[in-house]
Amino acid sequence: MLQDKDRIFTNLYGYQDFGLKAAQKRGDWDKTAALMKVGQDAIIEEVKASGLRGRGGAGFPTGMKWSFMPKAPTPERPNFLVINADESEPGSCKDREIIRHDPHKLIEGALIAGFAMRARAAYIYIRGEYIFEAKVLEKAVAEAYAAGLLGKNAAKSGYDFDVFVHRGAGAYICGEETAMIESLEGKKGQPRLKPPFPAGAGLYGCPTTVNNVESIAVVPTILRRGAAWFKSFGRENNHGTKLFQISGHVEKPCVVEESMSIPFRELIEKHCGGVRGGWDNLLAVIPGGSSVPLVPAGMMMDVPMDFDGCKEVGSGLGTAAVIVMDKSTDIVRAISRLSYFYKHESCGQCTPCREGTGWMWRVMERMRTGDAAASEIDMLYEVTKQVEGHTICALGDAAAWPIQGLIKHFRPEMERRIAEKHGDNMLEAAE
Amino acid sequence: MADAAHIPDEAETRAKWGNFAFSPDTKKKADIYIGRYPAGRQQSAVMALLDLAQRQVGEETKTQGWLPVPVIEYVAQYLGMPYMRAYEVATFYTMYNLAPVGRYHVQVCGTTPCMLRGSDDIMAACKNRGLVKGATTPDGLFTLTEVECMGNCSSAPMVQINDDNYEDLDYDSMTAILGELADGKQPNIGTQLPGRHTVEPYGGPTTLKAMVDKNHDYRGEW
Repeated sequence: MLQDKDRIFTNLYGYQDFGLKAAQKRGDWDKTAALMKVGQDAIIEEVKASGLRGRGGAGFPTGMKWSFMPKAPTPERPNFLVINADESEPGSCKDREIIRHDPHKLIEGALIAGFAMRARAAYIYIRGEYIFEAKVLEKAVAEAYAAGLLGKNAAKSGYDFDVFVHRGAGAYICGEETAMIESLEGKKGQPRLKPPFPAGAGLYGCPTTVNNVESIAVVPTILRRGAAWFKSFGRENNHGTKLFQISGHVEKPCVVEESMSIPFRELIEKHCGGVRGGWDNLLAVIPGGSSVPLVPAGMMMDVPMDFDGCKEVGSGLGTAAVIVMDKSTDIVRAISRLSYFYKHESCGQCTPCREGTGWMWRVMERMRTGDAAASEIDMLYEVTKQVEGHTICALGDAAAWPIQGLIKHFRPEMERRIAEKHGDNMLEAAE
Repeated sequence: MADAAHIPDEAETRAKWGNFAFSPDTKKKADIYIGRYPAGRQQSAVMALLDLAQRQVGEETKTQGWLPVPVIEYVAQYLGMPYMRAYEVATFYTMYNLAPVGRYHVQVCGTTPCMLRGSDDIMAACKNRGLVKGATTPDGLFTLTEVECMGNCSSAPMVQINDDNYEDLDYDSMTAILGELADGKQPNIGTQLPGRHTVEPYGGPTTLKAMVDKNHDYRGEW
């Protein structure tokens, strides 16, 4: 198990004050200028060497992402850092804890990351429903300005840098990076076609990097303790510590920072008091938030909780939002409710997603009640394949994958419901 | 959409809200938001300003607030953008109410993580108090909406009522919260589980125990 001294988010549960003074006592903003003194490229190299992969779900190497930014921005066309705090993936609730309990880690990370990618300013896009969290963040940013840690000559580093908070207003799709940029510009959050990628033309047409809250907030600690320290956790290609968010049918749901690659069973046993009703009662797990396919109990037990481990069982680590379902779960309803979520959150831009999410949800509801025909299972699968990969952003894929996972692993359950419902008719037909 | 809000009659809203303008306090806040974006990019502040406008309407009507058409027009004009561009934003994001709501906007999360932890019971508690999904109670006190994931999954099920989150709910605690609000009291926000602080495992954290009582600095152990 990860030791407390190696945990980055020491005030994760908010037992202590989030304010600047308390954060400094925990080690934040300690000689930040010295960390920056090594220079932009050295910081990027260090982050690359640490093996940090984006914590927002896709797992793209963070250092490499930063290296795509232009090295010589002009005042007319500055670089921007956008921090994605639009945490809306069902199951995910880690950024909220960072923001309301350890906001200075994020703000210090914003300065360092912004400096490394030669950004003029960072916008932190926080989801609208995090009303209390946004207030905390605003307070923390104001504290940092008052203490000279942001603004002109930020933290006496000689670098001018601003951090602004931008509140969303309730749209899951704004977590997609180009939708977020649109939303920051004061428009509907509808994803843009890529290319151009944000590093070429993003916010206001300027080079932009969009990073998850956790990816940015871990950077100061990585620089303080060195890339080798961060890399010492987790398997090859899956390094570091990670905030896991466990919800659903465990005895004690929680958010906890653990080493990457911790086996699923160990994670649940150590921190969540086990599965409700014992391990034999486990039905299935969604290991990375609603967008990844579910994994049946038998396959999940010994999976190392990292990007590759979850991929090997046909799913994904996503944001490490672990949704646990025991045998009392109506599994078809659980997935159908996710289909409703995607129907609700589709931005309406691409036809396969706008029409497909509603269609898939309606068929899923008939699957739930058993009113569908058995042949419709294949049809449903076929439609998910037609939505997947045929939209501008990944919401179409995210809506398709949970259903594909359900059909792959729980087809007999779907067929059983249909047979049960149609049982009488079938008997009549046989006579 | 069948469950879309019924937008009130325009002549009526215009008569009532035609002269809407930001209060001095709102104006001050609005100008701070606008200042966060580069010159000429003030449209970026439209989301913040619509929120401020909704809150001001809320104060004037003693509800959570909503956005009558003349108010959206005012915001668009304030930012020098076409009305349609602002209206588009108001209709795209779910947190803008396009129709009046009650004093308390009860937003029950019904997405799978909350569903697994019993959001059906929370809905039942609302129904048994006379709340109807998508409608406001006749006394104008409560509007009930089922919302999508609010990001409180490790302390599910949860409800957001105006600006406050109530987490780790069950039928009884939800009933109690609605009762307190109806009596004009402010229920305790956050987790409703006695003894739970935030999102640590119930019964006490398994990690970072030194942080519980004092602001521990782990650097000495590095």
